[in-house]
Amino acid sequence: MANTGWDEFEIGAMLRTFDGKIDDIAGTLQEDRNYTQNSSFTASVADWRIEKPVFNKDYCIDCQFCWIYCPDISIISRDKKMIGIDMDHCKGCGICVEVCPTNPKSLLMFPEQAEEEAELAKWPAKDEEK
Amino acid sequence: MAFDKMELRDIEVWDGNFAAAQALRQCQVDVVAAYPITPSTPIVEGYAKFQSDNYVEGEFVMVESEHAAMSACIGAAAAGGRVATATSSQGFALMVETLYQSSGMRLPIVLNVVNRALAAPLNVNGDHSDMYLGRDSGWIQFDSYSPQEAYDLNFIAFKVAEDHDVRLPAMVHQDGFMTSHTAQGVHTMTDDVAYSFVGEYKPMNDMLDFEHPVTHGVQTEEDWHFEHKARQHNDMMTKVMPKIQTVFDDFEKHTGRKYNIVERYDMDDADVAVVCMGTSVETAREVATEMREKGIKAGVIGIRVIRPFPFFEIQEALKDVKAIATLDRSAPGGTCGMLFNELAGALYSAENRPLMSGKIYGLGGRDLTKAHLVELYTELQANVDAGKVTTPLQQFIGVRGPKLSFL
Repeated sequence: MANTGWDEFEIGAMLRTFDGKIDDIAGTLQEDRNYTQNSSFTASVADWRIEKPVFNKDYCIDCQFCWIYCPDISIISRDKKMIGIDMDHCKGCGICVEVCPTNPKSLLMFPEQAEEEAELAKWPAKDEEK
Repeated sequence: MAFDKMELRDIEVWDGNFAAAQALRQCQVDVVAAYPITPSTPIVEGYAKFQSDNYVEGEFVMVESEHAAMSACIGAAAAGGRVATATSSQGFALMVETLYQSSGMRLPIVLNVVNRALAAPLNVNGDHSDMYLGRDSGWIQFDSYSPQEAYDLNFIAFKVAEDHDVRLPAMVHQDGFMTSHTAQGVHTMTDDVAYSFVGEYKPMNDMLDFEHPVTHGVQTEEDWHFEHKARQHNDMMTKVMPKIQTVFDDFEKHTGRKYNIVERYDMDDADVAVVCMGTSVETAREVATEMREKGIKAGVIGIRVIRPFPFFEIQEALKDVKAIATLDRSAPGGTCGMLFNELAGALYSAENRPLMSGKIYGLGGRDLTKAHLVELYTELQANVDAGKVTTPLQQFIGVRGPKLSFL
């Protein structure tokens, strides 16, 4: 892409979402769709994130709140089961953590450079006052 | 198709506006989004009436401004329709931001521009200020000198703009009131002949093709913007002129009416020539003929295609001429007139460099009379006789008060 010349792309201020023809988008999971390189599904748009959510499945009740509230469709859920976070699209806004109802929370924000394993190992305990 | 055809006489008495409206009907334009402004209003009004009387299968969209009009045209064109509108002057100025959008998005919209002065002071009459305002916008620009040409050039504009190698929007210019409101005999095409000339619209990258979803109007920064603009300019510079010539030839086969990228009048042996646009071309032709009776070999160059500018065609047309004057009908705002600059640019690298002077004339609808042109041709002959330009390079024609000249 970086070396593509002026004569090597389609005319117009126009980008295609998929390579080739598509017919059943609604019935096809994102990972099975033939997105182009130009699609923001393929490209990382998360490079300005400074804090990231870390998911701890030990406490998750699969309530789907985070999936519903995420403004960037970055919560990956399959068959009503929370799987993880799409880190190519998550901007680190923290809304998923805010809406998580478990005690302790199943999602917490950490600095972008934090080690996930280390953070999971010292996950806070249940807050008895609540 | 579900609309009625209209019976036309071989020659109808139409003004430029009605001729353009008839052309939009005969091209079966899918969407016209428009906001009224003098003197262009009757074009879109005409389309709206044809549409409501079932003479065209399309949509007429009333919007709140010219900016909205062109924006709606852009949306309709990106969706995959044949799209046109019309405007003038202040409305054109308000449209400018969206003109760059439509050319950058490669949407072949046809815009009828009925040329009118730009305020202030407010003025509804014809000059070329709005035409000049659009000259860097990436649109193809055709200029008509009469209602007949306003009619014909609409068909030609659609056919050139919509070609998949071109895909650039096109303006068809006509002079406010002098062309737009002056009724003349117009040779018509039947609805069938007219539609077969432009042909059915062939969409490209249209948003209504749901099996191939596209995003139109993307953002690019320093990483991509330059490549897009380079591609657009390349296509304008290399693909449009050959296509225009092909379409002109095709149109001549259809109708017998011949158009040229540069219109030459009595140029074969001309010593002196006036280069101009719009209705002034017809006046200049009449005066040139009269000058020949006085022994001055006078010719006229009419610019038919303003963008892309006919650089090489101008060099060729002026290769044996000794002195020329460019007639610019727009206040140049601190430099030479546009035609003077373009001609100087084309001729500087030509083998023959005629003596050049530039005139500013006709602002706000001020008449250019035959007497003005007699004086001008006489002055050009004096330049030839002296072997140099005997006047300042820029002069004003027909303005009251002390004589104005610069440079």
